[in-house]
Amino acid sequence: MTTLTDDTLPVTPRAMRDEMIVFVLMALLLAAVPFTGVYPFFVMQALCFALLACAFNLLIGYGGLLSFGHAMFLGTAGYCSAHALKVWALPPELGILVGIAAAFVLSIITGYISIRRQGIYFSMITLALSQLLYFIYLQVPFTHGEDGIQGIPQGYMFGVFDLSKPTVLYYVVLAGFLAGFLLIFRIINSPFGEVLKAIRENEPRAISLGYRTDQYKFLAFVLSGTLAGFAGALKVFVAQNASLTDVHWSMSGEVVLMTLVGGLGTIFGPVVGAFVIIAMQQYLAGFGQWVTVIQGAIFVICVLTFRRGVIGEIAHYFRRSL
Amino acid sequence: MQALYAQLLVGLINGSFYALLSLGLAVIFGMLNIINFAHGALYMMGAFVAYFLLNLGGISYWWALLLAPIIVGIFGMILERTMLQWLTGLDHLYGLLLTFGIALIVQGVFQNYFGSSGLPYAIPDQLKGGMNLGFMFLPIYRGWVVVFSLVVCLATWFLIEKTQLGAYLRAATENPTLVRAFGINVPRMITLTYGLGVGLAALAGVLSAPINQVRPLMGADLIIVVFAVVVIGGMGSIMGSIITGFALGVIEGLTKYFYPEASNTVVFVLMVLVLLVKPTGLTGRAA
Repeated sequence: MTTLTDDTLPVTPRAMRDEMIVFVLMALLLAAVPFTGVYPFFVMQALCFALLACAFNLLIGYGGLLSFGHAMFLGTAGYCSAHALKVWALPPELGILVGIAAAFVLSIITGYISIRRQGIYFSMITLALSQLLYFIYLQVPFTHGEDGIQGIPQGYMFGVFDLSKPTVLYYVVLAGFLAGFLLIFRIINSPFGEVLKAIRENEPRAISLGYRTDQYKFLAFVLSGTLAGFAGALKVFVAQNASLTDVHWSMSGEVVLMTLVGGLGTIFGPVVGAFVIIAMQQYLAGFGQWVTVIQGAIFVICVLTFRRGVIGEIAHYFRRSL
Repeated sequence: MQALYAQLLVGLINGSFYALLSLGLAVIFGMLNIINFAHGALYMMGAFVAYFLLNLGGISYWWALLLAPIIVGIFGMILERTMLQWLTGLDHLYGLLLTFGIALIVQGVFQNYFGSSGLPYAIPDQLKGGMNLGFMFLPIYRGWVVVFSLVVCLATWFLIEKTQLGAYLRAATENPTLVRAFGINVPRMITLTYGLGVGLAALAGVLSAPINQVRPLMGADLIIVVFAVVVIGGMGSIMGSIITGFALGVIEGLTKYFYPEASNTVVFVLMVLVLLVKPTGLTGRAA
């Protein structure tokens, strides 16, 4: 049985240094976006999905758990943030916290249920749970069913930053993304992350070494779900709405696709994958359902010939961990 | 009371589809170690093939019942030969991702040409009308679907559990290398098994065409419910899949009568309860 990912390289000081250099380059590049004339809305959207994909990748790339229901965290946090901002008229920072808290609670509940089964069953359970939530959100009044929550006020972050100005909003979203990314980076390179990788590679052996693998997987699930919720809360400010599409199974599928394209178990892969997929959707928006067909084809091609993904291939070529 | 019996019948019909689909998933998982995400899309293809046969070739429902599973089964076998077989030895998750991609392609293509609305498929003349059973009115076609599905499920069970071919199949599930050493062509058996599982899905599609109309996304939501059914019942036993499928259909039907708001979610809620009480699923074996 080959494992999902290919990074057998140990984390050395040199690898850490490489990753930090790439991180700084990425941060500078993203910080320069407002000066380049690139449509900031597109980049903000991609950043939210990039954070979501990174959170998802924490679970599959480092814990070996394929969640097919990550849209539920995105959507739940989105709905709760949107509700807090619009109905309770909370300031943005508290609105984001409400969304994160909702995703945190949801991930504790769903993690407790789904972590009980392994491998393929885990994927099916997470998918079924997110479908359960989809139907609940379709029926409960506060989500406004098919319409979703619209016209969400953007307000002033910490009372100073006017989020209705695109450039200010962009830097707030970027700061959120970078904070989330660094947290994930830190988790991956912590002793906890090393144990997760050990569980991914050989669970029985990790158990025999005395690790309570279920607790590690549960914690990874909660971290991943909560961070996905953070992405959902940020997305509310970008899209100014929260709708059923964010909870739908096809959204969960898109997250999987982004991570797969960029490279499962790579640090920067999900970011690249998110930009590739969002750009593709942007350019092919006029082709209707052919976008779905193309996404399906990318799945097939990636699985059959390109399992390392973009960053995975580059990392493999240079024998570096990225 | 009439309404209760009517919902029970609807539940039995949905249960037939759950049983046929989860049966196919279980058979495929046994041999290929793949959860076939494309199952819902292939179920939809079954219904569309029946629709094409009738409207383009003038071929009746009865022939469609035979031809659609064969045509879709062959399509499935081509998929297995050209793509799925390359995943042998890789992590199970790649099978899920690949078949998810296939499902997106198939559903997307059909959506492009047929939109999202339903195409009508008439009930065949011989099965039109209904019977008054005294306590309820039974539309003949609906009764036929339940009985015929049950027969097909039991026939599949018999094929796998009681015949020589089934014995080879079960042996190859346990230990393919050893069975190959006995001179049995295991790769061909794997292809045929995939064809069989897919054929069952297509058959369910043909059966559902006159009831639910023919829609490109008819299988997309269904397959998620069937996944929950599979989690509840486990994939270790053929009879287990059949019984769980019908039972959950009936429970769903009852929910529609007593508490309609929960009819969409009851199967998922039951899945959660089963996982909390007995994490390995009802029929036991750990994955």
